[in-house]
Amino acid sequence: MDVQTPSHRKLARTPQEAVAGIEDGALLLVGGWGGIGVPHELILATSKLPVRDLTVVSNNCGTGIAGDVGELFKAGLVSKVITTFPVHTEAVDYLDRVKKGEVEVELTPQGTLAERLRSAGAGLGGFYTPTGVGTELGENKECRVINGKEYILEQALHGDVAIIKADLADEMGNLRFRFAARSFNPLMAMAARKTIVEVRELVPVGAIKPDDIHLPGIFVDTIYVSGSRS
Amino acid sequence: MNLPNGWSKYEQAERVIKYLRPHSYVNLGVGMPGIIAEILDDTKNINFHCENGLVGYRGLNEGEVIDPDIIDAATKPVGLITGAAIVAHDLSFAIARGGRLDTAVLGAFQVSEFGDLANWKSPNALIAGVGGAMDLAVGAKQVIVMMKHLDKNGESKIVKECTYPITARKVVDYIVTEFAVFGINPTGLVAIEIADGMTEEMLETITNAPFISNQIKAEV
Repeated sequence: MDVQTPSHRKLARTPQEAVAGIEDGALLLVGGWGGIGVPHELILATSKLPVRDLTVVSNNCGTGIAGDVGELFKAGLVSKVITTFPVHTEAVDYLDRVKKGEVEVELTPQGTLAERLRSAGAGLGGFYTPTGVGTELGENKECRVINGKEYILEQALHGDVAIIKADLADEMGNLRFRFAARSFNPLMAMAARKTIVEVRELVPVGAIKPDDIHLPGIFVDTIYVSGSRS
Repeated sequence: MNLPNGWSKYEQAERVIKYLRPHSYVNLGVGMPGIIAEILDDTKNINFHCENGLVGYRGLNEGEVIDPDIIDAATKPVGLITGAAIVAHDLSFAIARGGRLDTAVLGAFQVSEFGDLANWKSPNALIAGVGGAMDLAVGAKQVIVMMKHLDKNGESKIVKECTYPITARKVVDYIVTEFAVFGINPTGLVAIEIADGMTEEMLETITNAPFISNQIKAEV
């Protein structure tokens, strides 16, 4: 039986329960940057699901830390990844799968990835950016001169599911992040149809003051309390 | 030709620091530029910006307790200055791309005589990462490249036209190598300072692009 908070956010008792709805072929947004702000337990639980052909969106593709996005490559669940900086030498499972031709890679500049996610969350189709103009990563993209400056069109990136990490959640799903562990997490929550958040601590509604909420619960569907910080 | 050792990476960093205005906002790329946060004294009041959303970080003090959620672009633990702010990735890159960032100090594989930057990928590399390089290069008001003068095959990394994949065109303002500091004008390279033991003729031999000389005579 589902446990729900008074505001109908689902409270998952286990990480397995939290990620149970992820399906074959899903576009999965995975929070984290450089090994922090990573939803370790949600990733580990996802890696054990009987799913395949995931398209994963993640800044990195493995940083050598157990329970990071590298687990999804290790488990062979990923057929495509949209990423900015996958070249950590510790990303052994990613590197192995890419060399074998099992994973398609779409490399995107980091600021462009952030804005593609934000656009999706904000109901926009895309945006024109100067980043990548005249480069390999700008090839085959619509180019436009606006007020004398060159831009390329980048499109919004919608996720089916986001798994993210926050420091605190209240029972309405309002979130607070911690230092640089915020990074992509709120943007991924905005860009996904369903957002599952792993938090260090669940606090009563009102415990996080309105001005101190980084992301309102309207973007959050499921909360899992792991108790771990980073 | 016997080349002198040139400047140490710390001496290179000191030359980069000359171009950082007090109280300005500066992003440091991974690798050699990281030294700048370590050696910069507080008097310049520089606000270091990191892709991950830290606005106002600093090198750790000796013996300082590390917070795992406060790291720089190389994922090394750093500290926060008083007055630091934390933002999410969209705002962090709004700062970079939106023209607020005063300076980006970046490493490079190659820089062309007109300031084209190549710093994200080796030619034909199967695996590459781009990170925030392209956003920083197009967005920062001033781009300083801090790099070795020659690649591991002894070839000049300063070139007439980049053969490595481009990060952004016509963006680099200064190049600081162990042998010289160059400014880049619309007309090309200007050697501003040359390391001790280095002559202009030697510099021409190891620099694969023309430059004019407008040196501040190195204080001996």
